[in-house]
Amino acid sequence: MSRSRLLAGALLALLLAAPFVPMGGMRQYVLHVAIQIFIWSFIGQAWSLMGRFGLVSLGHGAFLGVGAYTTTLLWNFYSLTPWIGTLLAVGAAVAIAAVLGIPCFRFRVIGHYFALVTLAVGEVIRLLIVAERDWTGGSLGLTLKTAGSDWSVYAIQFADKRVFYYGSLAFFLAGLWIWDRVDRSMARSALEAIGEDETAAASVGIHVTRFKLGITVVSAALTAVGGVLYAQYISYVNPDTLAGIGVSLKIVFAVVLGGMYSLMGPLVGTALTTALSEGLRIAFGLKFLGMAETIYGLLLIIFIIFLPSGIYGSIRYTLRRRTVGPVGVRS
Amino acid sequence: MDPIFLVEAAINGILLGGVLALLALGLNLIFGVLDIVWIAYVDLVMLCMYAIYFFNVAFGWPIWAAGLVSLAAGTILGVAVHLLIISPILTSAPINQLLATGGLLFFLQSAATFLWTTDHKTVRLSLPSYEIAGIFLPATRIIPFAISILAVIALYFFLTRTYIGTAIRAVSQDRDAMSLMGASPQRIYIVTSAVGGLMAGLAGALLIFQYSVHPFFGGQFGPLTFMICVLGGLGNMVGAFIASFIMSEIIAIGGVVISTEMGYVIAFVIFIVMMFVRPGGILAKRE
Repeated sequence: MSRSRLLAGALLALLLAAPFVPMGGMRQYVLHVAIQIFIWSFIGQAWSLMGRFGLVSLGHGAFLGVGAYTTTLLWNFYSLTPWIGTLLAVGAAVAIAAVLGIPCFRFRVIGHYFALVTLAVGEVIRLLIVAERDWTGGSLGLTLKTAGSDWSVYAIQFADKRVFYYGSLAFFLAGLWIWDRVDRSMARSALEAIGEDETAAASVGIHVTRFKLGITVVSAALTAVGGVLYAQYISYVNPDTLAGIGVSLKIVFAVVLGGMYSLMGPLVGTALTTALSEGLRIAFGLKFLGMAETIYGLLLIIFIIFLPSGIYGSIRYTLRRRTVGPVGVRS
Repeated sequence: MDPIFLVEAAINGILLGGVLALLALGLNLIFGVLDIVWIAYVDLVMLCMYAIYFFNVAFGWPIWAAGLVSLAAGTILGVAVHLLIISPILTSAPINQLLATGGLLFFLQSAATFLWTTDHKTVRLSLPSYEIAGIFLPATRIIPFAISILAVIALYFFLTRTYIGTAIRAVSQDRDAMSLMGASPQRIYIVTSAVGGLMAGLAGALLIFQYSVHPFFGGQFGPLTFMICVLGGLGNMVGAFIASFIMSEIIAIGGVVISTEMGYVIAFVIFIVMMFVRPGGILAKRE
């Protein structure tokens, strides 16, 4: 244990020092890629909090979009600081999660049906954003109003990418912590029991609706924060990149690729998919538009067929089995 | 608003509903038998539409011949999807099955972008438009509607009057009992996937009359198609047929009265609410 702690500490120190390593002209680009990885891993962690218990949502884009658009619209039209905007955004996402979750869990909407209901919610949010084009800019998207300076804590706008690097790293680590807390909690056992068989879980006194609603609300709130973070960093919001079926599937796929039952799964998955798309973009430029996603989609099918617990999950499983004998895939 | 617009919207809704019914029945047939939702179903339709475009516009084949190519392409794609993707994961968790076909959706969309760019491709057909009491009825909508209704009737007779159709219905009722009777579900699965693919090919051939094809065509009709299936009751063919017309009417009338997006929003919200009050579909008996 202490050796792995040491390793984790060394890795963290490396991550913290990374922005100061002299990289010349490459620095901006490296930081940009790292920030993207941290933000999308954070969002992936939020999704996997639900996904790992069989609550597969195909509509997390809804929470992402609500988060990003709430702060952006409040800032652009009322100059409300995103600090308060984030609270409102989280509130809105939690409200949507509750309005969706309570009837879903009460009426036992599970499996396919839950996935399709969430998919509909994601599409509803995307279509509403497109329909309200007078404020939201419709499918053309919306640019954040500039704060007028290179360094504005009030508006959370910084020209220096290092700020966002540390910020997104902090959120990523917080996401890991939350994931770990859930992993060690009683709620985990309860939710796993619910995921296996709801009726059996209810019969031993587990409050099914409460546990499911709890994890859904946490997941939605974190996803909304991820949306705000992304919007502040890119300073541009667009319904196709932040809401709807496309982005919802993108989140799910990165996590499934990495492994949704393990702590580092979302990071591994996001890092791989980002590396793949960036690598192909650099190698081929814009000439082969869609090439990266084609390979990505193909990998995904292959993974789901042959390695359903993801890359990281499978590696970990193999290593564990070699050292301590057979254990369950999920441990 | 002039009521004539509403009447026109309602008629357009019915005409759209016919083609949607075709899509929904194809997907629902597969769902009923295999218990898997092919998220990428409408993306197969997209490929069939490209097939028609290339055979008709680029190779200069007549439209009916290109349509036959589309039917063949749909059938082959249906069988290929089953053998390559569904068959290996038939016994894994339902969520993995959903995600595998989701991966296929991603793959098909991006492969189409990569191969044929995001340009909208249109097959131009010069067909007349009829005017009856101030309402315009273009043949590009009437012909697809008529053909899809004929196809739905044909599917009905196939499922109820033929031996293999009866077997398909038997598997969708009870998969295990069917194997106990000594029948091989594997063969039924392939036939079902082929018929589902054929429906996708036909839907593609009919949709190209009204819509131009582009790599993200699946996103336009995909979510709507699953929702129709669920609204009708997954696996329930009659329910899906009725639900197609309900959804297409909401979209057509909502589109005229408010806006296109709001028409879809209303349709999706009704779908979500229906999932709570009647999760088994509109025709299911309340528990």
